Amino acid sequence: MRSASWLQTAGRRAIHLALVLFLVSAGTFSLLQFTPGDPALAILGNSATPQAVKEIDHQLGLDKPLLTQYGHWISHALTGNLGSSLVPPGGTVVSRIAQTLPVSLELTVLAVFMALLLAIPIGVWSAYREGGPFDRFFSGTSFGLLSTPGFVTGLVLALLFSLEVRAFPRSQWVRITSSQGVPSNLKHAFLPALTLALPLMAIYTRLLRADMVQTLREDYITFARSKGMPVRKVLLRYALRPSSISLITLSGVTLGALLGGTVIVETIYALPGMGQLLVTAVGDNDYPIVQGVVLIVAVSYVLLNLIVDVSYGFLDPRTRRGRR
Amino acid sequence: MADAELALRSPASPRLRGGSSGIASLRDWRYGVVGTGAGIGLIFLATMGLDHGPTWSRWVLGVAGVFALSRGLDVLGKARFGPGFQTGFWLAAIWVGIVVVFAVLAPLLPLQRPGYLPLSAPSYVRPNLFSSHPLGTDSFGRDYLARLIWGSRISLIVGLGCTAVGLALGTGLGLVAGYYKGRVEAVLNLLTDSLLAFPPLVFLLALVAVLRPSLKSLFIAFALLTVPTIIRLAKANTFVFTQRDFVLAAEALGARHRRIICREVLPNVLRPLLSYSMVIVASLIVAEASLSFLGLGIKPPSPSWGNMIAESQTVLQRDPHAILVPASVLFLTVFAFNRLGEAGRARRESRQSALG
Repeated sequence: MRSASWLQTAGRRAIHLALVLFLVSAGTFSLLQFTPGDPALAILGNSATPQAVKEIDHQLGLDKPLLTQYGHWISHALTGNLGSSLVPPGGTVVSRIAQTLPVSLELTVLAVFMALLLAIPIGVWSAYREGGPFDRFFSGTSFGLLSTPGFVTGLVLALLFSLEVRAFPRSQWVRITSSQGVPSNLKHAFLPALTLALPLMAIYTRLLRADMVQTLREDYITFARSKGMPVRKVLLRYALRPSSISLITLSGVTLGALLGGTVIVETIYALPGMGQLLVTAVGDNDYPIVQGVVLIVAVSYVLLNLIVDVSYGFLDPRTRRGRR
Repeated sequence: MADAELALRSPASPRLRGGSSGIASLRDWRYGVVGTGAGIGLIFLATMGLDHGPTWSRWVLGVAGVFALSRGLDVLGKARFGPGFQTGFWLAAIWVGIVVVFAVLAPLLPLQRPGYLPLSAPSYVRPNLFSSHPLGTDSFGRDYLARLIWGSRISLIVGLGCTAVGLALGTGLGLVAGYYKGRVEAVLNLLTDSLLAFPPLVFLLALVAVLRPSLKSLFIAFALLTVPTIIRLAKANTFVFTQRDFVLAAEALGARHRRIICREVLPNVLRPLLSYSMVIVASLIVAEASLSFLGLGIKPPSPSWGNMIAESQTVLQRDPHAILVPASVLFLTVFAFNRLGEAGRARRESRQSALG
């Protein structure tokens, strides 16, 4: 009986997911339909010859009915062909994304890692000393960090740590596979990743602290304390694990959201990532690239959310039964 | 009980200092006045004095000044108005008030026009409160204060206007979905999930790519950005309130669906939505500034906080004030709106836990 209902839920979720993916791709595709006037004219400029306009129209498939266009586009997309860039450096959209994705991915992973590294000790200690000076100081700081736009954090960090104190490079990127190797790569990635990590740290700290405060009120914690167990062990072994479930879930979700959030940081530090690619493409009216990047970001966000949702049950045994 | 819990949880909670009776002692006053004075002095020294000192010392002094000022004002506020006084909330409200008043009155003030371009004026003049350019000038020698005030109009139009449009649309749809459930809800879920799959900035960039960035198209894009979140919130709150007894009572009395939605559910749903909308305003101001910073939102010469910061990026090291001044104004405004939203949330939570 239970397995049947489980299957039903899973089936309904799968249909929902498929429909969301369909809408996301259709929305991305139909972007071109919203351009006022002819997209080809926007690309070529107003002095374009009708011949050239026709060629671009043909290349974008705009000379066919809408549904046929979408069919073509999505079937090509599914086989890994998102068309080719219209603006000088050229190349296929997939190859351009393949060049830039590793940079954004590394920044994202590094940022989440740094944020967790900072947030776990701060959150644990704030919850333990709830209402004390440490807690209040970091609550205020988190609130401030959450209110700081990414490009302000980025510029201030660049000013402080690469211009005033020349600890880190201001821009440029060294690939992790290059001859200078990992240390140089990390040095270049540090400030951008920190810029992304600071607001994340604030979110994580607040979440972990709130959950941990609840956990510390449980009877088994009082029991552990009263039998004389050292505080460190109580906090890290007994309280942290049950308190960190929503933190883990959230860091999964932010991993997806950040993929699009690297736009600002990549612009400030001039990093050759996917965000930079998107911004340049928007400026150049390079529609295939815009569509490709948007599609990849949105689909990976949806899929990551799905993975997080599913893994929720594995992390917390209490949610396995009785959900829905 | 609820209040005591809240007091422990929130950092801006009323805390008794000095006497346990809650009556301010002379020590509090003295502590507050000294803190406030020291704060103002340190900030003044960091921003305007010490022109030849090392930059690090100015940063340290500035941070220490902000800290001393906030602590001093907090203690003073509590000494004057009692321990329950929310200094942060009132400071935020005052700041938002100042920004709104200046933005509304901008055409009446003796300011340089937004499109004004002086032929020869000193560029990047440092801020000096006692000169004709209190906040300095930019690369073309245009007055920073004037440009900040004109820029605030854009931020507020986008922040407040788009949130209002989003609230009107989103609350309506969310109420219908949460009340009738069934197929309406399924369709709306699908739409909101699809819209939320695009990270905000990517969503905006995609729209900017196809629409010509004008204030009108940006307005539509930003309003659209807020709708899915508001629908979700309105729906979740509608779920909660439709299960309350007063809705059952209204149904038993024979009220029609429309009446129940408008008269029973809507007023209750609106309360949390309004306090959350302050947070939406803050995030929209950031989004607009980010887009303009990337050069894809409001285009120069029209001033916006984002493009002012972007224009000064090249002189980051030589004239950091050119970035720090607009950045501080942007930060303070975003912080203030967030703080207002937080206050609403805290009040609602304490009310709910008091109701049980």
